[in-house]
Amino acid sequence: MKRSTLRWPATVALELWLPVLLLALWWFLSARSKSVYFPPLSSILTSFAHDWLNPAGLAKNLLPSLELLGLGFGLAVAGGVIIGVVLGMVPRLEDATRPLLEILRAIPGVALLPIFIVLFGIDVQMKVYLIAFGAFWPVLLNTIDGVRGIEPLLNEVSRVFRFSRVRRLFSIVVPGASPQIFAGARTALAISLIILVVSETVGANGGIGYFLLNAQRSFAINSMWGAIVALGILGYVLNIAFRVIERYALRWHRLQQARLESQP
Amino acid sequence: MTVIGSSGTPRSSAQTESRDIALEARDLGHAYGGREVLAGVDFQVRRGTFACLVGPSGVGKTTLLRCLSGLQSSTSGSVYVGGDIVNAPMPGVALVFQDYSRSLMPWSSVLHNVMLPLRANGISKQIARAKATRALALVGLDDVAGQMYPWQLSGGMQQRVAIARALAYEPSLLLMDEPFASVDAYTRADLEDLMLTLQRELALTVVLVTHDIDEAVYLSDQVIALNGRPAQVADIVEVPLGSARDQVTTKSTAEFAELRARVHGLVRGSRGKSS
Repeated sequence: MKRSTLRWPATVALELWLPVLLLALWWFLSARSKSVYFPPLSSILTSFAHDWLNPAGLAKNLLPSLELLGLGFGLAVAGGVIIGVVLGMVPRLEDATRPLLEILRAIPGVALLPIFIVLFGIDVQMKVYLIAFGAFWPVLLNTIDGVRGIEPLLNEVSRVFRFSRVRRLFSIVVPGASPQIFAGARTALAISLIILVVSETVGANGGIGYFLLNAQRSFAINSMWGAIVALGILGYVLNIAFRVIERYALRWHRLQQARLESQP
Repeated sequence: MTVIGSSGTPRSSAQTESRDIALEARDLGHAYGGREVLAGVDFQVRRGTFACLVGPSGVGKTTLLRCLSGLQSSTSGSVYVGGDIVNAPMPGVALVFQDYSRSLMPWSSVLHNVMLPLRANGISKQIARAKATRALALVGLDDVAGQMYPWQLSGGMQQRVAIARALAYEPSLLLMDEPFASVDAYTRADLEDLMLTLQRELALTVVLVTHDIDEAVYLSDQVIALNGRPAQVADIVEVPLGSARDQVTTKSTAEFAELRARVHGLVRGSRGKSS
């Protein structure tokens, strides 16, 4: 919480000093590199600009990935919240399905790639489902925990004042579980990115994963490193976007926690 | 399921009286497993009066209030609100919980907390907002407080929000479960006076549960004293202290002391209708 009290230029400086330092080190240490596999940063950045920093490059290399990510992650969050709310509100159903859920969630999403290819082919559909499957679990399990952890007195309040089920769902259950839902979605976002890259190494003709594999196979080492830089930037930007939404949606929670911390 | 009391009280008498009786418990009993906590609880609360259920801690007061509110069904006997048997929370019955901090929604503003029960019962946003604002004003909270989150307010203010939420609902019966047990003594006196004023001005029917005998006598038109295990009604004491009461002068009258001593005796176990 301390950090939010700093002014934003200070915050930016605090977040950026290490990446900037490492980039500078990389730049100078690799400047005279003759290694094929570790080219100078300057030439990596040249390829990066050529591959990514223009509309055609973005349209071919980034847009397909964003589309898959949006669909897969969106599906995971929607499914995880809906099923999680149901399981959270019906403890008996959750007890009955828990062992199955624990087994399914333990399977790494990328390990299912061959099976998903058999089931759904190699097109967009397969990739979206694979991302959704892998990202679904943290959302689901966090939503269940969140719903189960809702203050029981609030349920009594909703009964006394005769809330309908739908009203209770949207006025108490979902907002009450929202801090955990967001925590789950944050993990799900990181998982989505991993599965995205892996899924794009199969049957794609665009997107970051395809670009990366293609660069490596055609010995375009500068482009390969450039794609890694692009991936890092993408992950960072997505995380910031997520944080902005979370800060807005969970304003009450953040302020309340800060207050609890300041009052021992 | 609730069962009609074995005493076999004729229904017709209840129906003729039901106009004046806001709440009635008839031979009410409750057991958790085999352990009885309430047995044969009988009392009536007249419309527009303030009644306190008083008894020592652990006597089953909260269980009784949960049965009265319909949150819990009794294992024997029955509860009537305005002549209708209670099987579930009834329309027009509001409840203020002891634990204000947990009974308010931390993600909603004070105003929205007060509006929510109205919105949940099909009242338009505009009217709900107007009623909520008025209810908040009645408990001494302005628009600025309305825009805050409940946990940004002090404990006493939070309980005022909970009271406003109940008032905005325009209840025909207001139940309160140890509402002032978690606030300091000064706040408590303020809230007691607030409830007295509101009850008189709005002609509310209030049933308040407390373990504090002074509080019960000070607030009530009628004190329902509970004792025993399982808990029963020891006696019902009318409190003829008038409608204008004051923390200092009322509590220092001989009449108050006498009533206080009488309720004290009842709660401590000298059961019977002696007086």
